[in-house]
Amino acid sequence: MSQENSVGVVVPQRVRFNEPMRLKSGALLPGFDLAFETYGTLNSARSNAVLVCHALSGGHHVAGVYAGEPRNVGWWDNLVGPGKPLDTNKFFVVAVNNLGGCYGSTGPISVNPETGKRYGADFPMVTVEDWVAAHARLADHLGIDTWAAVIGGSLGGMQALEWSLQFPERIRHAMVIASAPKLSAQNIAFNAVARQAILSDPDFHGGHYAEHGVVPRNGLRLARMVGHITYLSDSQMGEKFGRQLHHGEHQFSYDVDFEIESYLRYQGDKFASFFDANTYLITTKALDYFDPAYAYQGDLAAALARATARFFVASFSTDWRFAPARSREIVFALLHNRRHVAYAEIDCDAGHDSFLLDDAHYHAVLRAYLENIST
Amino acid sequence: MSNGNPHNPLTAKERERFDFAVIANWIPPGERVLDLGCGDGKLLRYLRETKGVIGYGVEIDHGSVLGCISNDVDVIQIDIEGGLSGFEDQSFNHVIISQALQAMHATERILGEMLRVAEEAVVSFPNFAYRANRAAIAEGHMPVSEDLPYAWYETPNVRFFTLADFEALCGKLDIEIRERLAFDEAGQLVTQDPNLNGSLAFYRLGHRRG
Repeated sequence: MSQENSVGVVVPQRVRFNEPMRLKSGALLPGFDLAFETYGTLNSARSNAVLVCHALSGGHHVAGVYAGEPRNVGWWDNLVGPGKPLDTNKFFVVAVNNLGGCYGSTGPISVNPETGKRYGADFPMVTVEDWVAAHARLADHLGIDTWAAVIGGSLGGMQALEWSLQFPERIRHAMVIASAPKLSAQNIAFNAVARQAILSDPDFHGGHYAEHGVVPRNGLRLARMVGHITYLSDSQMGEKFGRQLHHGEHQFSYDVDFEIESYLRYQGDKFASFFDANTYLITTKALDYFDPAYAYQGDLAAALARATARFFVASFSTDWRFAPARSREIVFALLHNRRHVAYAEIDCDAGHDSFLLDDAHYHAVLRAYLENIST
Repeated sequence: MSNGNPHNPLTAKERERFDFAVIANWIPPGERVLDLGCGDGKLLRYLRETKGVIGYGVEIDHGSVLGCISNDVDVIQIDIEGGLSGFEDQSFNHVIISQALQAMHATERILGEMLRVAEEAVVSFPNFAYRANRAAIAEGHMPVSEDLPYAWYETPNVRFFTLADFEALCGKLDIEIRERLAFDEAGQLVTQDPNLNGSLAFYRLGHRRG
């Protein structure tokens, strides 16, 4: 990785909130920790703060590296840094691990103070609304009344959208990228398959695998393989792997024959080695449940009426998980409410994962929008 | 606006301001305006700064969308050849299509959609029957001029029409022409025979009443 324009070595932080939180499911969480990182400096007016929300597998390590771990680069490092589109010379950037996560915020791998054991399956389901309510406590802790912007891709974009609905007065710009106002039946179907892979793993033990000293690695691996297919475009997969053979000739076996099989196994193995299965289950349910129009008989325009933020919405031409039409639903619901919105439909070959890449035009558009945000 | 003459045509910047001023003259302050094929959003920015309009642009070109965002103009990147579904009926006061209609295929559909989403439409386009263009054809060449600045092999224009043609189409589509202005290449208002003497035409259109 080039050190140029990097925020450099960063130190993750953690904050404890002792006030219990009522979750959307009705469950009560008796206090919780949030892990977060910040980059740049909060100005004296406290008007330059930007919250970065993560997607399914991301966390609070968005930019820079950890001391002694030069290869542990933040997941959106190409966007965040001095002189980068989300410029840390201008903005105070905050990144947080969501509630229920497995990177340091309270989640299924945390110890339940009531039992002294890991929560495991007892960790309550959390929703996008709950995440945003938790983010708000972090904002209070950091002395941030109003975010200059909340930005996120995919599930992160849903959090930016939810911020504009739950705390309209606390967010000036919502940047919703490669996202959707709710999952489609097909999206839910893929999540259902992923969950079934985990739930049916013999090592799952009803979610209390930690007590058995195992992890449902196989299930998590399969879940990631299924998910990964939806992150890539058909054309890109074809270009990258085509029908290339791993061993140069047909093996007539069920082991790896084609390169794409090897790639998926690699991605699945890698993911299963560090991600928590219960967090994966919870996060996919949060995705499934997110639907701000649900309380408005499916009328998204009515649901978005209370949003007052200015919006930046972007989609990618080859994203079939959250296709451009899904972003346009948000755009036209905003237009109905006469809200400010800029919508870019970006040509990029990489499917849903395009939002993580540093495509020149994509980053130019983000840079242009962010440059016009007053601090 | 500055007054050029045929021997001293307006600079590109003067022409742009001149076009903007003609359109702005038809837009009352504070209106909701939709600009189709809005380019880099300069017209909307001008209307916002001079008339306090609430404007949205529609553009398909990536570089132009980036220009709009740089200009802090609300822009929606969609292809208007497919219509304006998503835009609600009569949700704007004015819809503008400034020197872009000639570059689109779905002429009739776009005109119909414009008057569906807005009370009035403002259309400007280059007149292919302008005197100098006729002369070029008479000499055996496709015209290249201030308002038709492209060689035939690189022009984005796909519809080649005149004031007379456009007005006939409006008649067919039951579109009322509420006002028409034509200008020569020097930016002078044309009063005599605009289909011959006008290089650039501006129309204010509405639904035929009654």
